[in-house]
Amino acid sequence: MSGLGVWNYVIIIFLMMIGLYMVMSSSNLVKKLIGLNVFQTSVFFLYISFGYIEGATGPVMQEGASLYSNPLPHVLILTAIVVGVATTAVGLALSVRIKESFGTIEEDELHTMDSSL
Amino acid sequence: MLAHLPVLVILAPLLGAPVASLLRGPNWPWLLATLLSWFALLCSVLLLIQVNAQGTFIYTMGGWEAPWGIEYRIDFANALLLVLITGLASVVLPYARLSVEHEIGADRCPLFYTALLLLILGLCGITVTGDAFNVFVFLEVSSLATYTLIAMGRDRRALTASFSYLIMGTIGATFYLIGVGFLYVMTGTLNMADLAERLPAISDSSTVRTAFAFIVTGICLKLALFPLHLWLPNAYTYSPSAVTAFLGATATKVAVYVLIRFVFTIFGVEFSFGAEPLAEVLVPLAIIGLLSASTVSIMQPNIKRMLAYSSVAQIGYIVLGLAMGTAMGLTASLLHVFNHGLMKGALFMVMGAVAYRMGGTSIDDMRGLAKTMPLTFWAFVLGGLSLIGVPLTVGFVSKWHLILASLELGWWPVVVAILAGSMLAVVYVGRVVEAGFFGEPKDATKREAPWGLLVPLWVLVIANIWFGIDTRLTVDIAEAAAAQLMAGGVVR
Repeated sequence: MSGLGVWNYVIIIFLMMIGLYMVMSSSNLVKKLIGLNVFQTSVFFLYISFGYIEGATGPVMQEGASLYSNPLPHVLILTAIVVGVATTAVGLALSVRIKESFGTIEEDELHTMDSSL
Repeated sequence: MLAHLPVLVILAPLLGAPVASLLRGPNWPWLLATLLSWFALLCSVLLLIQVNAQGTFIYTMGGWEAPWGIEYRIDFANALLLVLITGLASVVLPYARLSVEHEIGADRCPLFYTALLLLILGLCGITVTGDAFNVFVFLEVSSLATYTLIAMGRDRRALTASFSYLIMGTIGATFYLIGVGFLYVMTGTLNMADLAERLPAISDSSTVRTAFAFIVTGICLKLALFPLHLWLPNAYTYSPSAVTAFLGATATKVAVYVLIRFVFTIFGVEFSFGAEPLAEVLVPLAIIGLLSASTVSIMQPNIKRMLAYSSVAQIGYIVLGLAMGTAMGLTASLLHVFNHGLMKGALFMVMGAVAYRMGGTSIDDMRGLAKTMPLTFWAFVLGGLSLIGVPLTVGFVSKWHLILASLELGWWPVVVAILAGSMLAVVYVGRVVEAGFFGEPKDATKREAPWGLLVPLWVLVIANIWFGIDTRLTVDIAEAAAAQLMAGGVVR
């Protein structure tokens, strides 16, 4: 921990807030998805930071190494990245279809077109 | 085969989904999906019988023991949920053939059934798994399938409804992921039973408290607890009728199950209700939710939307029960999970039948329905009575238990709120029934809905009455599940 200190966590919180703020504040649907991605990525970093051990090698048995990083968070995050990609793909596909049927992907314009949204 | 039941429930829809996408025409994918859902129901019922006879059922995936592999752990609570999910799937799928072909077109049917099978897979997976991260994966499988299914609705607003659910659902799931990460850091395990064993020793740490807050908030987004319910009304209103029936009956219920699992099994009653102010947060939200959503639903011109708001209100009852933190409250909550699945499934299927004949689901389409579509209309009346909580229906059974649980705690204002919620339900159901009886039909030439829609619909309506009269099965299982959950932690 001493190498990085808590800086990685400061960065993670920073990214997390940027992501959430983008999701809430931007009116463009694609920008919302980008914000969502930033938010998810910050959580990936959080997991990777958990798995990091100062001075440890990768989790493969080798000569002269006694300290190994925990591989499990990486495996979890690989799964979470796949999930994130799939979510982004579905979100983008929805944006395309919204553009086709409404002619816009700006949220405030969508609101005025269908007041019940 | 009996030893592999938990995984068969998952494998059947998992393997069926890609096959369904390759089949041509509307009928073959439908047939495959229906048969698989019946198979899954059979497995679930066998599982419930087995759990009842032999206690908690543990399945190690691939033969890897728990800390290394993922284990599936079936006790009364998730066996009950599994029967609800697969049972509803088995009823909604036969219904879906006509309704889906009519609403989304024959060419997209294979993809529809693929997504529906994936949804069933995801929901069953959340229910059976005994691994906290595995819950996240299945949660996202079911959510992605849900977004796709909602977007298949005929109205273009289905697209925007699906998009906003995607944003909110992903934020909810990511909150859950953050919470699970904190728990992993503190305990070094993701297995639910191990988590439950190791957490009490470190429950003072602020990391565990933060994890609890993230997990509860994330799941409450998925289960649409007031005020996190904003995605739900649009999603239910604009998705295809069969999807609404299945989602309305099962999706939020599975999220409730995850909440129950975390609050009672993993964190334990002492931590959730002693160290953390869970009851103080959830009880007011549940009561505000059930009163405000019921009030809003009175004013809805679209009946599907009215029922969607009523779902938010019913979630209020369910959360109220579990937020009491007593065995009786939990029993009422689990009972209402099951019973509300039955009644909302039936009511949304009625709306599908109305949409099939009348082309819409507004209150104008319901006018004079008693004359033109009497069987559909009477199904609505019986489902509505169940929603209100009239004796001899399932709604009465669960509300009765909820009131008993609040009386046990001496929470008189809560009893008043529950009764007020039922009165509001009388108003919003009564409004539709009145239009159906006394209104002039919009189009008197319309005939009764086809048998393909009526038979599954009435199966559910009869289940509403059956489980309202013969309460042994549901109450016994809910009580056994609540006792198991209250005992907390690990059931070895």
